[in-house]
Amino acid sequence: MKDLIEIRWHGRGGQGAKTASLLLADAAFNTGKYIQGFPEYGPERMGAPIVAYNRISNNPITIHSNIYEPDYVIVVDDTLLDCVDVTAGLKESGAIIINSTKDNNYLKEKLKNYNGSVYKIDARKISIEALGKYFPNTPMLAAIVKVSNIMTEEAFLEDMIGSFKHKFAKKPEVIDGNMKALEMALKEVEKVK
Amino acid sequence: MSIRERLSGNEAAATAMKQINPDVVAAFPITPSTEIPQYFSTFVNNGQVDTEFVAVESEHSAMSACIGAQAAGGRAMTATSANGLSLMWEMIYIASSLRLPIVMSLVNRAVSGPLNIHNDHSDAMGARDSGWIQLFSENNQEAYDNLIMAHRIAEHKDVLLPLMVCQDGFITSHSIENIELIEDEKVKEFVGKYNPEHYLLNDKEPIAIGPLDLQAYLFEHKKQQADGMRNAKKVILEVAKDFEKMTGRKYGFFEEYKMEDSEVVIVCMNSTAGTTKATVDELREKGIKAGLLKIRVFRPFPAEEIAEALRNAKAIAVMDKADSLNACGGALFEDVVSGMYTAGIHVPTVSYVYGVGGRDTTVSDIATVYEDLIKIKDTGKLGNPYRYLGIREGK
Amino acid sequence: MSEINPKTPINELTIGGNIYTAGNAKEFKTGDWRSETPIFKADLCKQCGLCFNVCPDDAIPVNKDLKREDFNYDACKGCGVCAKVCPFKAIEMK
Repeated sequence: MKDLIEIRWHGRGGQGAKTASLLLADAAFNTGKYIQGFPEYGPERMGAPIVAYNRISNNPITIHSNIYEPDYVIVVDDTLLDCVDVTAGLKESGAIIINSTKDNNYLKEKLKNYNGSVYKIDARKISIEALGKYFPNTPMLAAIVKVSNIMTEEAFLEDMIGSFKHKFAKKPEVIDGNMKALEMALKEVEKVK
Repeated sequence: MSIRERLSGNEAAATAMKQINPDVVAAFPITPSTEIPQYFSTFVNNGQVDTEFVAVESEHSAMSACIGAQAAGGRAMTATSANGLSLMWEMIYIASSLRLPIVMSLVNRAVSGPLNIHNDHSDAMGARDSGWIQLFSENNQEAYDNLIMAHRIAEHKDVLLPLMVCQDGFITSHSIENIELIEDEKVKEFVGKYNPEHYLLNDKEPIAIGPLDLQAYLFEHKKQQADGMRNAKKVILEVAKDFEKMTGRKYGFFEEYKMEDSEVVIVCMNSTAGTTKATVDELREKGIKAGLLKIRVFRPFPAEEIAEALRNAKAIAVMDKADSLNACGGALFEDVVSGMYTAGIHVPTVSYVYGVGGRDTTVSDIATVYEDLIKIKDTGKLGNPYRYLGIREGK
Repeated sequence: MSEINPKTPINELTIGGNIYTAGNAKEFKTGDWRSETPIFKADLCKQCGLCFNVCPDDAIPVNKDLKREDFNYDACKGCGVCAKVCPFKAIEMK
């Protein structure tokens, strides 16, 4: 991992992009990193496009501004490709990860101006299969860990089982499903280009 | 051993309040400080604190309840932002003039209007002459540490003034970051018990507070407040010394970042100081002698010490995250230059108003300020001393 | 606590003007606010007890035998309520 990794999340209000950014910050924190996780607040409501950010480093982070040249971008909802410039400032050494069921040619066409790596993951399929409900957060979190190598998959899974046990102390029946979603996502994230 | 955690600035402030365990918290929710009373009321509900939580109907009542509680002999705390502080206005002057060491967490936000919920320092700057001690915090850690130190400063017999701990709304209040927490027991011991000399609920000494105070007396009572503020300088440093013994974290009136040989210097407060550190590091790699003076203690204003720290600079920019709308420069700028003038130190100094209403301020924005300072240093020409960083100028 | 006056130096004033003793309102002489003065005519008084109850300034002293005495002119503001309630014309306003 390079010293400072900057990540931008695109989602829609209510889909949990902010929560996902906080979960990622948590996971990185638990493996000893310095972290920031923060949303960009606006007048967003359910369904409105929203942005959240992460900084992850081995050293203390003092910068307190938004991120304009991220190393990674995560798009939680592929309908955002039509209305938000999701690759704005995205480094070509980095990558974009999109939650999508669309075929690769569609994504290539949509992102033809971006020369870096493009990954996709079908978070809906994984989530429905593992959890029985559509929570794109969990698979997207695993996808960014896999693509960015912020931490090893083993360390990530070990940490997540701990935090799920804490988070879902009152409904332990969902822990296995969430872990399954993470494991599936780690395997199924696919490189488009 | 301290506790390694990750908390938002609001969580950090609420955690400090939990560990301080005050007698009374009275607060009314307002963005972006809402989470502080929200988290705190959870602590109350869970029995993690002994505090009486007063869910008031307005900020005016929040401060009034704090005044009543503190005058009665309790420790009172509150949290607010922007227009919430505006609504407290009448009562914040009462709090300081009655010499009640109430502690407030102020999560800085633009005072409307037009309506804006984002960060700038117009709320704190408006209260700068209200007789409250004002500490500023670069990040969640400093917001937490400043609150832990607050009561020892405010309640000191030579001070007896209310104190507000400022942090940047959203930028630090809503950003999860690493933080080192202090164990509950250590905080309890450090903060100590509140033993006011005089208080309303003392049945051995019936007292009256807040009497009519006309021409023959108010002037002297205001001078006493001013003396309390002057005394606070010494107390702030003493408390910081004890805090350093406990945590290893060093605090003073301000932080000097790469100031030893610096020629171009930015003076600023709160989260922008962190971003400025990153800019200084970048410029230093290019051989530019850039430095930062980050103000922690804005009231009392350590004018002499700041002037001394800036003595050898060649050009200075003082950055204000609020416009004083006075046609001559930001509030921090005015204080810095008058401190330098009084000390007989004359360095070309310009005022930058920036970041108003949450306008994002990046490493490269700050780099342009240093570029301007290098021009001033090289040409010896000050140009316009009252500038705006990143304003969209028309043709 | 010592008495204060407009010449008291700053270091002898309490902070915030706080008053650390109770029952000291009587030290503030309000008698000089008086433009009309009640005169007590003891020979007409039947000690009926109506006047001292209505005095807003507690300016009519009552002795241990529950008899009223002459006015305390340090406290009386001359409002005249006592004269108004007296059924025996034992109080005259001048």
